[in-house]
Amino acid sequence: MENIAYAFADGVAIAKRNVIKIRRVPEILVSVLISPIMFVLLFAYVFGSSIEIPGGSYREFLISGTFAMTITFGATLTGAGLADDMQKGIIDRFRSLPMSRSAVVFGRTASDVIYNVLSLVIMALTGLVVGWRIHNGLTSALAGFALLLLFAYAFSWIMAYVGLMVPSVEVINNVSFMVIFPLTFISNAFVPAENLPTPLRIFAEWNPVSAVTQASRELFGNIPPGTPEPTAWPLQNAALYTLIWVALIIAIFAPLAVRRYKRVGVRN
Amino acid sequence: MNPTNTSSTRSTDNNNIIEARGLVKKYGDVVALDGLDLTVPKGTILALLGPNGAGKTTAVSILTTLLEPDSGTATVAGADVIHAPDEVRRNIGLSGQFAAVDEHLTGFENLDLFGRLYRLGRTRSRARARELLDRFDLTDAAHRPVKTYSGGMRRRLDLAGALVAEAPVLFLDEPTTGLDPRSRTELWAVIRDLVSQGGTLLLTTQYMEEADQLADDIVVIDHGHEIAHGTADELKTTVGGERIEISLQSDLLMNDARRILSRFSVGDLHVEGRTLTAPISGGAQTLTDVLRSLDAEDIALRDVGLRRPTLDDVFLSLTGHMAENELEDTSDSELESVGEAR
Repeated sequence: MENIAYAFADGVAIAKRNVIKIRRVPEILVSVLISPIMFVLLFAYVFGSSIEIPGGSYREFLISGTFAMTITFGATLTGAGLADDMQKGIIDRFRSLPMSRSAVVFGRTASDVIYNVLSLVIMALTGLVVGWRIHNGLTSALAGFALLLLFAYAFSWIMAYVGLMVPSVEVINNVSFMVIFPLTFISNAFVPAENLPTPLRIFAEWNPVSAVTQASRELFGNIPPGTPEPTAWPLQNAALYTLIWVALIIAIFAPLAVRRYKRVGVRN
Repeated sequence: MNPTNTSSTRSTDNNNIIEARGLVKKYGDVVALDGLDLTVPKGTILALLGPNGAGKTTAVSILTTLLEPDSGTATVAGADVIHAPDEVRRNIGLSGQFAAVDEHLTGFENLDLFGRLYRLGRTRSRARARELLDRFDLTDAAHRPVKTYSGGMRRRLDLAGALVAEAPVLFLDEPTTGLDPRSRTELWAVIRDLVSQGGTLLLTTQYMEEADQLADDIVVIDHGHEIAHGTADELKTTVGGERIEISLQSDLLMNDARRILSRFSVGDLHVEGRTLTAPISGGAQTLTDVLRSLDAEDIALRDVGLRRPTLDDVFLSLTGHMAENELEDTSDSELESVGEAR
C-alpha cells in the first residue's frame, strides 16, 4: 500500500513538473491551440461549404472527425516530451533516483490530458462559432467529450512507448505523422465509411478512430437524418467498441512503456 | 564477500564503498567495458580518467543502476547494483555529463522536484533546495528558469541536484566538460569542499589536470579496461622526470630542432604543431645545453620552458605508446592489429 502511495506521489510530482512546463513554454501551448482552430475552420469552410448532405449539415458531420483527428495527433506530444527528456539526460537522472519506476510515464500521460482538454475546449468553441450545435443535450455531449479524452489518453500510452524507443524528438514527429495520418483518414472522420472501396471500408469500419468519431457524433446528435444504420458491428456499438480499444491499448502499452523506461539504455 | 554476513547484499565490514569486479559491457560489436575492476574506499575520491569512448560513462551508468553489465559484479554502499538497485539508488547522487536539469523549471523547482522524488517530504525538500542554492551561489537565480543560466551555473545546479538527499556516494560524470577555465576552477573548489565533509566520490574526466587536482586515486582507462592505476604522483613517477618544451618560430628548422632535442632526451619526443616536448634528466643544466645547441644552429625560439610531467604526459606515454609501437605492444593491441591484418 505504501508503495502505491509513493508511486502516486512521484507521479504527481512529475505531472506537476510537466504542467509548469506548459505554462513556461507558451509556444507549445499556442501550437496545440492554433492547429485545432485551423483544422476546424479549414474543414468547415473548405469541405463543409462544397459538400451538401441532404437534410443535414456536413459541417456538423465533420466536427467529430476533426476532434478525433486532433486529439489523436495530440498524443504525439507525449512521445515528444519523453523523447526530449531522454535526449537531454533527464530520464537518466530520474532513473538514478529512488523513485517509482512507473511515475515518469504515468505522470507524463496524465499531464498531457491537459493539452487535450484545452484543444477540445478551443475546438468546441470554434465549432460553435462556425455553426456546429449539439442536439442531444449537455449530458450526452459531455459523455462524448469524455469518450474522446479517454481515447486520447489511451493513445498517448502508445506514443509514450514509442517516445522511449526513438533516438530523437524529430523521429517521433515523423513516426507519428506516418501512423496517425492514415489512421485518421482511412476512417469515417471525414467521409462515411460506407462509400470507401472495400479493403479501405473494412479497415475504416474496424478502425478505433472511426468508432470514437461515430460515438461522439451520436452523442452530439450530429448524425444527419436519414443516414442508414451502420452495418459493421464496431460502428453499431461505437461507444462500447471505443472503450474496448481504450482498455486494450492501456493494458498493452502501459506495461510496455514502463518496462521500456526501466531498460532504456544510456546514449553513449 | 564475508561469509559471516547475514544479508547477501550487505558487506558492512568492508571499508570499500564502491567495488566493481570484471565489468563487461558490449554494444553490438563495440566493447565499451572489457573487464574493469574498481575499488573506492570510504571518504576518498577516485578519478576515472580516459579519452572519449574509453568506457567512463558506461562504468558510471552500471554503478548507478542505469545499465546492467553483460558480466561482472558491483556493489555500491554495500548493495548489489543488479540485485538491489533500489537500495543503491537510495545511497547515491549522480550528476551526468549532460547537465540533466530541466531548463524550463527554475533552479528551486528543479531541486525541489528531486527532493520530492528522493521522498524528503514537502518541508524538508524545500528547505534543502534553498540551502543548496545558497551554498552553490545560486540564490539570486533561484526563481529564474534554468534556460537563462550560464553553463557554469547549470553545472552547479546539476551538482546540487546530486546532493539533495545527502547521499553518501557521489558520481560525477565529466563534471566540468565544456566549462570555461574559471567556472572549472570554481567547480573544483565546490567538489573538494564536498568530499572534505566525508563523502565518497567517483568522478570521470578527460582532463588530467582535474584528476590531479581532485583525486586521491586515479584509474586510467582506455578501450574499457584499466591501463594504469595509482596516485597522481605515482603515475607521474612512472613517466619519469622533467620535460623540456620548446616552441619554434617557424617550421623550417623543425627537423634540426628534433635532431638536437633527441640527443638530450631520455624518452620519446612529442611534437604538436611547432611545439616539441621531451623528457630529460639534468634539469637546468640540460636546458642550458639544449639552448646552446639550438642557438649554434640559429634555430629561433618563440618560447621555452622546463616543467614537471603532467598527467597528459602520463596518458600520452600510456596510450600513445600503445597506439604507435605495435611491436612492443601488450597483448590487447596485438589482437587489434591481428584483427586488422585479416
